[in-house]
Amino acid sequence: MTSLSLVRRIRARPAIVFDAITTAKGIEHWWGPDGGPVLLSEADPRVGGRFRVRFRKLDGTEHESSGEFLEIVRPTRIVMSWRWKGGLEDAGESRVEISLRPIPEGTELTLTHAQLQDEATCRSHAAGWTGSLEKLEAHFAAGSRASACP
Amino acid sequence: MVNYQKRLDRTFAALVDPTRRAILAELERKDSASISDLAEPFAIKLPAVMKHLDVLEDAGLVTRSKSGRTVTVRLRPQPMREAMAWLRRYERFWPRRLDGLAAYAESQEAEARSKER
Repeated sequence: MTSLSLVRRIRARPAIVFDAITTAKGIEHWWGPDGGPVLLSEADPRVGGRFRVRFRKLDGTEHESSGEFLEIVRPTRIVMSWRWKGGLEDAGESRVEISLRPIPEGTELTLTHAQLQDEATCRSHAAGWTGSLEKLEAHFAAGSRASACP
Repeated sequence: MVNYQKRLDRTFAALVDPTRRAILAELERKDSASISDLAEPFAIKLPAVMKHLDVLEDAGLVTRSKSGRTVTVRLRPQPMREAMAWLRRYERFWPRRLDGLAAYAESQEAEARSKER
């Protein structure tokens, strides 16, 4: 229900972007957030297969996230569940959806990260509350965005 | 922590109803309000307002305190803050990840092209 959407253009063909996201070798090259090392990277890119990534930040803290590939269509679509190990940072399971669209310069990537919700409930109510929620949000955090259903 | 998702579900469920959102908006403007103050702008009776307040209170979005015969209602922003904290975390997280992904994929693309030549 609460979700974040990002669009990014990448000068590489979709198949290359897809493999960078879904293979252990690809993931270890780009996952580290701040130049700290990726300590572990596993990915089994098929429906029901799992991924696991562990990295150390330059401040010494280690973080691990893992999940399951829910949909996988090379080279256009990846849907995966997402959970941080330990649950201290984000206790619940969320869902990451990535679509890759070919464009002349390479790939347009759209990423949506959503908190898991009962999607049917979400859809039926989406129209009603989104605007008001955003208004309330403005009260607490200027600049944050939320959207309705993923 | 175990109930984090449940709490968020309750927060969002409470926000689905337009009257409840209007009540929250009203409390956002004022510091606190009595139940009759809150009922005034709506064409509904006090018991209906009480029911909405029950839902909002269960979701932790408002608190009620009684002083004599007056019940004072206040906005409690914590549940909204949790939803916002979640959002902000990933607003920081993903753009940097995608920078790294783009740099890596673009280097792979260059490599693939030099092999194809």
